[in-house]
Amino acid sequence: MKRSNKPIFWSLFGAGGMLSALCGPALIFITGIALPLGWVPRAYERAHAIALHPLGKLALVAVIGLFLFHGCHRMYHCVHDFGIHVGPGMKAAFHGFAALGTAVALVLVLAVS
Amino acid sequence: MNTYKRSMAGWWQRNPFYRWYMLRELSCVFVTAYALVLLLGLYRLVQGPEAFAAWQAALAMPGSLVFHLVALVLVGYHSWTWFKIMPKTLPRISLPDWAVVTGGIGAVIAVSAALLWTALG
Repeated sequence: MKRSNKPIFWSLFGAGGMLSALCGPALIFITGIALPLGWVPRAYERAHAIALHPLGKLALVAVIGLFLFHGCHRMYHCVHDFGIHVGPGMKAAFHGFAALGTAVALVLVLAVS
Repeated sequence: MNTYKRSMAGWWQRNPFYRWYMLRELSCVFVTAYALVLLLGLYRLVQGPEAFAAWQAALAMPGSLVFHLVALVLVGYHSWTWFKIMPKTLPRISLPDWAVVTGGIGAVIAVSAALLWTALG
């Protein structure tokens, strides 16, 4: 019997669900509302310092990557909830999109200088 | 042979519980879109201070602020439901349900306070 790939995607969904539950609302408020309204002092310098630090790089890839895996996995199930048949192609598309976004984030944090 | 299949159209509108479920599931669209906004910000950060300032200016557009406000509410709701059902989703542990939920919500408040303190301070 072929081994199921479900545990991998469910773990990524769960990790992203946990991370977004813990820090999602605060992050959305900081980058989406406080930052554009000018409430974040020295925003560029501090964002740059985060992206330069190895732990900051890890945090950025974790937030972007896991949020994508969480969101895409839930969207994939939502499509099913709406009564549309989801086959392996659709699954590959949603998870592939999340994997691609994570890869781009990884390349970008490594490119920060 | 034709078998009868009950239509799935609008099933979530039949019961308030299903509507709340769908609202929670809707948060996934906003989590995904928000991750892409951050990814774009990271790309602009790599390009330098001017590009980052342009990203910051784009975030100040009314549409973007409304998007983030809605995302804040929906992800906040996801956050609440995530810890509310945690006693059922965790492997069996020897803590009472209320302790798991309170601990989870407490962790959200602590992490949020730390992030806000760091970012706005």
